[in-house]
Amino acid sequence: MIGFAVALMMLLNGRIAGISSIVGGLLTPKSGDMAWRVAFVVGLLLGALAFILAVGGQTPVDVLASPLAILMGGLLVGFGTRMGSGCTSGHGLCGTARFSRRSIVATAVFFGVAMVTVFLARHVF
Amino acid sequence: MASGVLRTLAALGCGLVFGLGLAISGMMNPAKVIGFLDVAGDWDPTLALVMGGALLVAIPAYRVILKRRRPILSGGFSLPAEEKLEAPLIWGSALFGMGWGLVGFCPGPAVAAIVTVLPAVLGFVAAMIAGMALHAWFSGELTRRKRSSGDTAPNPR
Repeated sequence: MIGFAVALMMLLNGRIAGISSIVGGLLTPKSGDMAWRVAFVVGLLLGALAFILAVGGQTPVDVLASPLAILMGGLLVGFGTRMGSGCTSGHGLCGTARFSRRSIVATAVFFGVAMVTVFLARHVF
Repeated sequence: MASGVLRTLAALGCGLVFGLGLAISGMMNPAKVIGFLDVAGDWDPTLALVMGGALLVAIPAYRVILKRRRPILSGGFSLPAEEKLEAPLIWGSALFGMGWGLVGFCPGPAVAAIVTVLPAVLGFVAAMIAGMALHAWFSGELTRRKRSSGDTAPNPR
């Protein structure tokens, strides 16, 4: 389904379905560039809501990190995805799907660093 | 302006399918994502199938779609033109990976999970948006400085 959503976005609107760029673009408003971003985010929320309602609220969302780690992690994810021009959807999926060298390198870096971070947090500290 | 409305509706529909996919696949659950990233522990590889499955659809679809002269509802494709591997791409991705590993949320699932109204999710998304705003401010400040130093350069005193 995620693959179909990404393909449909390109076929209809000619856009990369990268969440960090879609949300980040809302923070630096340009006229005529806002409606589709808001609509995509609303769709994302409705999709998740529809699933949760369909299964009767039985969707586990377990955040294990401490409050401090949550805030640190949020800041890092927000800053990092904008600095690196993309996240799991934009680089990992859309960029990799069109064999962009930048995206493949970015994806290798964030997957690698994330795995090392989990390793350190779970098995070392 | 009918095509503008259609583009907005298309984005809404794509967002909806995307959100459904995230929720169904378990990407929205940070504990599961951490289990996937934890290759040294009790590794749960099922999310690799999500990523792989999405790529299996997206790669051939992009091949066909990008051969078209233009998308259906818009005048042209908006694709990143940059091809060089520069430092911000690498460092930014590294910072993102650190945050992703720390909590288990990347931007899409975090935004989708807002509907759970869990304090941890709302706190994460607020911090993420603050991080994005910080970057926007930071890069704006950099270009301002570059521009003003460029202005004073031809007139040294």
